[in-house]
Amino acid sequence: MTTTLPKTAPASFPSSRRLLLWSGIAALCAWVLVPIYLVALGAFGGRQGVYLWPKTVLPTGVSIEPFLLFLRTEGVVGSFLNSLGAAGITVALSILLGAPAGYALARYSFPGKDGYRLLVLLTRAFPLAILALPLTVSFIKLGLYDTVVGVGLIHTVLALPFAALVTQGIFLGVPRELEEAAWVFGCTRLQAVLRVVVPLAMPGLAATAVFAFVISWNEVFAASVLTVRNRTLTAYLLTVLAESPMHYRFAGGLLLILPSVVFIFAVRRYLFAIWGISSK
Amino acid sequence: MQRLMSLGILAPALMALAAPTQAQTVFVSTQLRPIEEATVVRQELLKDAGQVDYVVEEPPQFAVRMEAERQAGKRTVSLVGALHGELSPLADNDTLEPLDDLAKKLAADGMPQSVLDLGKLGKPTQQYIPWMQATYVMAAKKEALQYLPAGADVNALSYDQLIDWGKALQEATGQPQIGFPAGPKGLMARYFQGYFYPSFTGGVVRTFQNADAAAGWEKLKALWAYVTPNSTNYDFMQEPLAAGEVMVAWDHIARLKNAISATPDDYVVFPAPAGPKGRGYMPVLAGLAIPKGAPDKDGAIKVIEHLTTPDVQLLTAARVGFFPTLNVDLPPDLDPGVALLAGGVTATQAAKDAVISLLPVGLGDKGGEFNKVYMDSFQRIVLQNEPVAAVLKEESAVLAKLMTDTKAPCWAPDASSDGPCPVQ
Amino acid sequence: MSQNRPWIPYVLILPSVAFLALLFLVPLVQTIWLSMSDNGVPSLANAQRMAGDLNFTRSLKNTFLLTLAVVPVQLAIALAMGTMVGKIGRGRETILWIWTIPLGISDLAAGLVWLAILQNSGYFNSLLYGLGIIERQTSWLSYQTPVALFLAIAVAEIWRGTAIVMVIIVAGLNQVPKEFREAAEIFGAGPWVRFWRITLPLIRPALQSALILRTVLAFEVFSVVYALGGRNFPVLVGEAYNWQNQNQNYGVAAAYAVLIMVVSLAATVVYLRAIKVDPERLP
Repeated sequence: MTTTLPKTAPASFPSSRRLLLWSGIAALCAWVLVPIYLVALGAFGGRQGVYLWPKTVLPTGVSIEPFLLFLRTEGVVGSFLNSLGAAGITVALSILLGAPAGYALARYSFPGKDGYRLLVLLTRAFPLAILALPLTVSFIKLGLYDTVVGVGLIHTVLALPFAALVTQGIFLGVPRELEEAAWVFGCTRLQAVLRVVVPLAMPGLAATAVFAFVISWNEVFAASVLTVRNRTLTAYLLTVLAESPMHYRFAGGLLLILPSVVFIFAVRRYLFAIWGISSK
Repeated sequence: MQRLMSLGILAPALMALAAPTQAQTVFVSTQLRPIEEATVVRQELLKDAGQVDYVVEEPPQFAVRMEAERQAGKRTVSLVGALHGELSPLADNDTLEPLDDLAKKLAADGMPQSVLDLGKLGKPTQQYIPWMQATYVMAAKKEALQYLPAGADVNALSYDQLIDWGKALQEATGQPQIGFPAGPKGLMARYFQGYFYPSFTGGVVRTFQNADAAAGWEKLKALWAYVTPNSTNYDFMQEPLAAGEVMVAWDHIARLKNAISATPDDYVVFPAPAGPKGRGYMPVLAGLAIPKGAPDKDGAIKVIEHLTTPDVQLLTAARVGFFPTLNVDLPPDLDPGVALLAGGVTATQAAKDAVISLLPVGLGDKGGEFNKVYMDSFQRIVLQNEPVAAVLKEESAVLAKLMTDTKAPCWAPDASSDGPCPVQ
Repeated sequence: MSQNRPWIPYVLILPSVAFLALLFLVPLVQTIWLSMSDNGVPSLANAQRMAGDLNFTRSLKNTFLLTLAVVPVQLAIALAMGTMVGKIGRGRETILWIWTIPLGISDLAAGLVWLAILQNSGYFNSLLYGLGIIERQTSWLSYQTPVALFLAIAVAEIWRGTAIVMVIIVAGLNQVPKEFREAAEIFGAGPWVRFWRITLPLIRPALQSALILRTVLAFEVFSVVYALGGRNFPVLVGEAYNWQNQNQNYGVAAAYAVLIMVVSLAATVVYLRAIKVDPERLP
């Protein structure tokens, strides 16, 4: 963008603009990061650190004891695997079910389209916890109670609207002409989609995967009502956290934040690689 | 992406390998949830109780789960540990296994009949076995004691003295220093039912809107001037105490324990103040119950027997600060914080003007709405400054309807009634 | 493309419809029935109980005010983020990653973070104290300071919920071909004109998705609000939870949930109408 600025602008103009730009970026980064730094401080600050007044922003009395207690507790490893399992199922199902729907919404106009979008949004518009009772009853009857699969299914209900809406946006961005060109070269519709559209839409699908993962990872209420022994890590930790001392709560909070952050980091390249497509 | 997909397929497979297939007694508890305490339960209290899977759960999820398992007619949970009020809706649905044999045995072992009878929840059979006791006390930082009004004994405070104390504290520090757990998960409703109403009116339901009650609410408004406005955010008073946001607080002993155990030398623990009708107090009871259709009823009975042996009861008191339901003496080597709390409890029970207020019985699943009457009155009178008489009149109509709907007879300190407890 | 085989889109949406029907619509219908019946007989008792409740009007008002305050700010921040990041080359991925982090933070953890900052002995007061602005701990989250409380909740919500808008907006901005803006420049359009006349209309689909999702989520705020506001700032979902969990009256809770659903759907329809997306005119 800056290279396209009018050449007649004074020499100092672009650099002061750049300064403004970078200070804006830095301010927004700080806005996101400082609160997380403060949780970390609370998590590592030990029992008395969290009650200090006035507080300092430098780490004092660092202790990793709360973390170790969490990690040593029975069942942490199992519940971590459960969380991964539920999130994996959620990711897979919401892409498998959501992406075709997103494609239909992007490429076709058909009667009932808005109705479908409303249906999908309903799942987010209705507080899930209120549905917990009838859901749990039917899960017990279906034999899905206290299973990771059951949790994954419910989390898919939550993740599906994101999958449909995000992939719709992504497929809209894949030029129709490319697909039509593929037909000209003798591809069937399905081949055209698989060979041309899906590779181009990969970043969007990655974004969908991130949403789905994060939604599943952070969901507590359904995960704890629907399981007894096969708890997910989040349900396990948050149930324990509410009444625990502050520094444990911070430690638990941080422990929950970290995997999502790492996951987003792992797929960040896909998440925003869509830049590459647009500058084609 | 492919890695993601394979992760999704791999993880459940891994879990299938890791999942234990052993038959265990599933014990779901709404009590002793914090991580340190749950660890104590698993590693110490349940050590010799056989294969027990101790699962903790917050009360909302607990209620939903029990109702869902009932509706579906298939139980996963063999044993539940919960508060009297949380077990009451379950008994109301007739979903708890009668435990009369156990109760008889425990009565012989020295569990007071008055305590055991609470476990009947107003039914003819024993619905739950009393597991642990607690109550509510006040705690203060020692440095606050210097501002006590002249001649006041901290162990025998009156409401007027508490107000004067709060005033002196506010003048000295520039901020209100008294705190109550009036947040969304706080136990403030129990303050009204077990402390405020008995102290000012000598009743809870019958006296809801009489002249004594109106005078009491005026007194509470006077006190509230010295109560920190953050009280409506507090769920557990241990945090504001430890953080130095308040110097004087009222709460459940389990919700004060972390602060007091961390620095026992900084605190005093004492009974709640007395009003014109005496010093109201309310015991809290957690109970153990077996749902009908439990997959491992025998295992559950074994766990109950184990948890109600004198040794385990004493260990429970020493390690987590809940007191025995059995008639046993506390050991001298208590944790200093627990000892301090125990002292406050003893002072409360032994107070000459003590008025015991029992837990509501017979309200079934309307316990929450019963609490709501008191909390709504509090919100309207104290926080929103609405006229006392008008609010009490309106809320008493709600209360009266609740009592007729549930047909709950009066409980102490209200004089007993033949039919539903009347609101006078 | 859509006319010769009209069944194709239906086949594509069928799996998700079947899935949602089984796992969502069935319990939904049961719950709606619960909200509109009393002991198995159709009745408005639950709705009346809800509308007559002490906190009903307040929670309705609070929810709307919060949504109105939070959603436009989030959209503005997201657009600013998208525009800024479009102007830099190296480091873009890292910066986008940082801005996406709050996406991974659960409501409860976010409430905890902001409580640590804003409570009496928190970091915000420590900062003000350090700067000599206040002499002792000040409370910002009490019923006596409704404006500060509202701002605190709004700030926390903006912090937590902007990332999702940002991801969708950035994805949309990416799809705007450079040629459009370059053409506009040739015709002498300034940056603001380009933004309002070219960029914004072109990212309509993304805007629509982002606004719909974010608004629906804003009507569902709960954990952060309760962590910060306690009893002082009732919102609709919070009241629904209270009726279900504390009062154990599933009927009134269901009535609240149905109300939330109706409000969210109404907002969605408004967005669908107000921001028209015509696929034929997209690049």
